[in-house]
Amino acid sequence: MKKVLAGLAAAATFIAPSLALAEKLVIACGSVGQEADVCKQGAEAWAKKTGNTVELMSVPQDAGQQLAQFQQLLAAGSADVDVIRIDVVWPGLMANNFIDLKPYFGDDVLKEHFQPIVKNNTVNGKLIAIPWFTDAGLLYYRQDLLEKHGQKPPTTWQELAQSAKVVLEAEKKAGDSKLVGFVFQGKAYEGLTCNALEWIDSFNGGTIVDSTGKVTVNNPKAVEAVDFFAGLVGNVVPKGVLNYQEEEARNAFQAGNAVFMRNWPYAWALVNGKDSPVAGKVGVMALPKGGADGKATGTLGGWQLGVSKFSKNQKLAADLVKYLTSPEEQKRRALVASFNPTIMSLYKDAELLKANPFMGKLYETFVNAVPRPTITGTKYNQVSTEFRNAVYSTLTGKGKAADNLKKVEGKLNNLGKGGKW
Amino acid sequence: MTSPTTPIAASAVTGAPEPPPSALIRQRTRAAWIFLTPTLIAMALVAGWPLARTFWFAFTDANLTDLGASQFVGLESLKYVLEDPDWWTTVWTTFRFAFVSVFLETLLGLIIALSLNAHFRGRAVLRAAVLVPWAIPTVVSARMWAWMFNDIYGVINAIFLKLGLINEALAWTAEPGLSFVAVVAVDVWKTTPFMALLILAALQMLPGDIYEAAKIDGAGPIRSFFQVTLPLLRGPLMVAIIFRMLDALRVFDVFFVLTGGSTDTMPMAGYARQRMFEYQEIGVGSASASLLFAIIALFTAVYMVVGRVKLTGD
Repeated sequence: MKKVLAGLAAAATFIAPSLALAEKLVIACGSVGQEADVCKQGAEAWAKKTGNTVELMSVPQDAGQQLAQFQQLLAAGSADVDVIRIDVVWPGLMANNFIDLKPYFGDDVLKEHFQPIVKNNTVNGKLIAIPWFTDAGLLYYRQDLLEKHGQKPPTTWQELAQSAKVVLEAEKKAGDSKLVGFVFQGKAYEGLTCNALEWIDSFNGGTIVDSTGKVTVNNPKAVEAVDFFAGLVGNVVPKGVLNYQEEEARNAFQAGNAVFMRNWPYAWALVNGKDSPVAGKVGVMALPKGGADGKATGTLGGWQLGVSKFSKNQKLAADLVKYLTSPEEQKRRALVASFNPTIMSLYKDAELLKANPFMGKLYETFVNAVPRPTITGTKYNQVSTEFRNAVYSTLTGKGKAADNLKKVEGKLNNLGKGGKW
Repeated sequence: MTSPTTPIAASAVTGAPEPPPSALIRQRTRAAWIFLTPTLIAMALVAGWPLARTFWFAFTDANLTDLGASQFVGLESLKYVLEDPDWWTTVWTTFRFAFVSVFLETLLGLIIALSLNAHFRGRAVLRAAVLVPWAIPTVVSARMWAWMFNDIYGVINAIFLKLGLINEALAWTAEPGLSFVAVVAVDVWKTTPFMALLILAALQMLPGDIYEAAKIDGAGPIRSFFQVTLPLLRGPLMVAIIFRMLDALRVFDVFFVLTGGSTDTMPMAGYARQRMFEYQEIGVGSASASLLFAIIALFTAVYMVVGRVKLTGD
């Protein structure tokens, strides 16, 4: 039997070079909005250029569920996927399962990207992923409705609530019964963690766990922020938002049913698309401040591409990553689907700025976005879940923020024993 | 049909000690085992092995990031689950869900079965039509209902608003109280046909002469239902209920699709999934999965003893 196997292996290596001409790679990119399509176009362009084929793996929309899917695949040592799109908060969780990309990417290539992201993707000296696009929460608003009712784009959350109320009342009287004030991502998933972190940071309430590992989630400013938003629910924020992810929020806004929306930059290309009922009526700006002495902020999001260590074609997969993260491809993605490049020089590109006016204006937001507490390492998902469950409970009226955040503080202190995560 | 010549059937009727089985019976038993062996092996591989592995993981601190590094920790993981208030929230949610939905399904199933048991034209078509919800995979039907429950453009809110039952659109899948109602509604919609069909099958086995006798004794339809039909249906009904209860206690998909991740609206299986795959804690997740298994087994045992349900049949 052994001899037969050895013979087969020898035969395989003999034939392999001729087969290696056309390899098949599998890539897992996102599925929110038009991301799968845009990813496919890019991958196919590479496939055509190199004579290989690329297949897209279908993934859930929710980042948390994606992570669960990848971790099961990788824990089983599966070679079913070669290139994986990973979230900005995952490197600490997944470093073991990715190859080091340093041999494939020179310093000159890495220098073009935002350095904090490159640093974030480096775990124990190993470069596990290349930045693909960056994200931060933005405020979308209906310019036409605000102008019609004499409102200015809000600078604080309080003003947003005020303006929304004025517009809602006037429009309801005029017979628009479906209009709501403000939609965001309120379902108990990673998106709510991002939203709530923005609220708290905009009220100067910190970042759940600070950069030294200390749990800071329970403070008066954070309590004020969460209570403020709980007060909006059922008021200018419809209760249905508590089951919204990115796409539900965008669908409501794009159908013309919401005055304000918090979402990621990808929504810009879609709400201004040819078949969008609100095309040309939408403004976009940095998220409001939490009161006059608060700050404008946004949660740092963003996605990178890494190569699975179980891939049978690591070199080729790295080449695909190189192509997809190149300046040309990042520019194309920004033009057709408003994905923010991670390459700094692109923010001065006139064509790109014309398609996405906010990218130049909001450059500061992207640079100063608030990171999620990735110092918690492999416990990040637990920290995020406990935090958003507390926020979710408060939003659904189950207890006040003061009690719920205090409970979370206790749980997080148990998880990260004395700040040593 | 049991033949009076077989000694097994006779002893089952009389309850007398069994005489030694005949050569034919022994041969049949042997053949049965031979034919069953492939199935048993397949079962052991696809069900037994994962189950045993889960039990083993329950005693370790296994982590998804590095399964090889797991160590035996005894009852630590189990203790963690039992001391976690979130676990008990999910236990409470699951049992509440199971009792409410199985009760409604049984009641509605009984009503539908009784109606379908009556003789009328087009009965066969109607029977087939009733089965449609049961034929749709739960994930698909839950997704479908999720759209119908949507707060802004969902058809349910539109209908209720038009009928004047509610004043403003409700967030059916977002508020914990309402989302429980929504989940139960979807489950009842899906599984009532199953109950109806089981009960209908039992109804059709009932002997007609008893009803004639009841009629001659002057019993009206309501009285003959409570004094004839229901007692005769008791056995099949109890079996049908236990089947549904087992299913309902290990519920996962309806909750997952309709309500999403909050602990307030999570069944026990959701808790196990969250620990295993979102927190990477295979050890704790397996402990909770084993606990779920134990709770269902215990519940079944108690139910069968208290209800004197015989799954083997008489």
